Amino acid sequence: MMRGIFTISQLTIHEALRKRVLLAAVLLGLAFLVIFALGFYFMNREVVNSPRGPETQAQRALIYIFLTMAGLYAVNFLMVMMAALLPVDTLSGEIRSGAIQSLVTKPLRRAEIVLGKWLGFWVILAGYLALMGGGVLLIARIVSGITPQNIFIGLALMLLEATLLLTLSIAGGTRLSTLANGVLVFGLFGLAFIGGWIEQIGALFQNETARYVGVIASLIVPSESLWQLAAYNMQPALMRDLTMTPFSPASVPSNAMVVWALGYTLLVLLLGVWSFRTRDL
Amino acid sequence: MNHSAIETNALRKEFGAKVAVADLTLTVQRGEVFGFLGPNGAGKTTSVKMLLGLVARTSGEGRVLDAPLGNVATRAKIGFLPEHFRFQDWLSGREFLDLHARLYGIENEKRKARIEKLLTRVDLQDAANRKLKEYSKGMLQRIGLAAALLNEPQLVFLDEPTSGLDPLGRLIVRDVIQELRAQETAVFLNSHLLSEVEVTCDRVAFVKNGRVIREMGLRETRNEIEIELQVKNPTPNLLRDLAQFGKNVQQLNGTIHLESDTAARIPEINRWLVAQGVDVYKIGAAKPSLEKMFLEVMGEDARAG
Ligand SMILES: Nc1ncnc2c1ncn2[C@@H]1O[C@H](COP(=O)(O)OP(=O)(O)O)[C@@H](O)[C@H]1O
Ligand SMILES: [Mg+2]
Repeated sequence: MMRGIFTISQLTIHEALRKRVLLAAVLLGLAFLVIFALGFYFMNREVVNSPRGPETQAQRALIYIFLTMAGLYAVNFLMVMMAALLPVDTLSGEIRSGAIQSLVTKPLRRAEIVLGKWLGFWVILAGYLALMGGGVLLIARIVSGITPQNIFIGLALMLLEATLLLTLSIAGGTRLSTLANGVLVFGLFGLAFIGGWIEQIGALFQNETARYVGVIASLIVPSESLWQLAAYNMQPALMRDLTMTPFSPASVPSNAMVVWALGYTLLVLLLGVWSFRTRDL
Repeated sequence: MNHSAIETNALRKEFGAKVAVADLTLTVQRGEVFGFLGPNGAGKTTSVKMLLGLVARTSGEGRVLDAPLGNVATRAKIGFLPEHFRFQDWLSGREFLDLHARLYGIENEKRKARIEKLLTRVDLQDAANRKLKEYSKGMLQRIGLAAALLNEPQLVFLDEPTSGLDPLGRLIVRDVIQELRAQETAVFLNSHLLSEVEVTCDRVAFVKNGRVIREMGLRETRNEIEIELQVKNPTPNLLRDLAQFGKNVQQLNGTIHLESDTAARIPEINRWLVAQGVDVYKIGAAKPSLEKMFLEVMGEDARAG
């Protein structure tokens, strides 16, 4: 079982490398890091030199953390895009072209093909997060000497969000065309995104209905909640009180959301395997 | 071990309201080259897909190499060249074969030798390091054929293996099939081309509208033979008298045809003609005309294919 999964994973990574999608993503990511580094550097000069700038060390730290969080927020968006788009046609495309037939008739279980592809993309996403998240944190550290707290929890939650969307994209590809699958995954992400904001606004104005709607959306697709939880974990208490920035949620998702997201991901993955196993090719 | 490579009983496949295969009941022996011949849309590809477990059967049953349809372990002993093959075209020919050999679980040392041998066999050594996306259709078909043989299979499914091939490619396919027969590998050959089946197969099943209409051996001695002869100035009387040796005596384009029960009639007829003082230019058994059968079984719509 494992041999088959690993062979397919390798193939998946090899394909992403060969087709230069990874190259494009990495170049894009590096460009972002350069811009982030420049921005951070000049902001820092401003903070340090300006006579009207913040006085205390604590105030400065807050600004650095805010900038770092903004960088991570952008990384989160890149991760979402990658998670949804990279695998969007891996199954649907091969089913459509018929290339899948030469895989499925090998002594492999169909589950191994789905899980192998999933694992291959997961490794790519984890690597990309390490590069981009690591890059942002490193730049912040070098320029300002400051690193947000709980970064491993934060990064793990971001990875979970990407994993969830990756899983949706793989599972959708077992039955949908590439286009329909892309629309589905981005649609669900959009739903979670809007839902997350409705929840925040609801919390801010103490509107229970809006909060309720938001929570439902988060249950349907817990991706945005995971980012909010990640952001909440990484920032200091002082900043949490700001509320209503993308990284200072007014309504903090409960930790149960993590359990839900894990179970959700597992369920969608199993559904994808089942859906692929039971279809004609 | 059972002697049949494939055994099916009333296999049926419906896609919604469309019946792709109505009733597939057949047996293919181990080591036999079996032609599955029928016009486009007859259900050949769907039949093969059912046998391979690519498509779930609606009803009926079948066994392939003594295992239920779609059995995972059995696939290690099966080779398959799909009809509309599309491969990982970002790989080079050699990488492609290596990938598929790994998927078959072939060990490292063995893999390399096998790949080089097959590259030579399908005449692609020179192109082995080029990307598949630069291959012509014929080259793709040949590399696909090589991929189907990587695991030294006991049973190979070839779905229209020569469509789109140049004459050289066709020759390679034909030779490969002969070699497979020599190694006692069973071959299930889907085709809508009579010529392809005629030269390579031991047995053929004619299929139409999802049913096997007729099966016949091409290698076994047939009960009926057709005798052809050419003589100087055949007369109506002669034709009438020839009826004592067989039935359906006809004269077409200067050649007399008759159907008889055994080839032993040929020397008999010859002696009789000579005794009658008729000059014989030619006498012998006609090849069983598969084409006649093909058109008969398939009807007029087969002619286009
Ligand atoms: N996935 C499918 N969905 C619906 N109809 C199909 C499908 N696959 C094949 N068919 C139909 O089943 C019939 C048999 O097709 P096929 O097995 O490809 O025939 P052949 O290989 O002999 O040309 C055709 O009428 C075809 O249109
Ligand atoms: Mg076909």
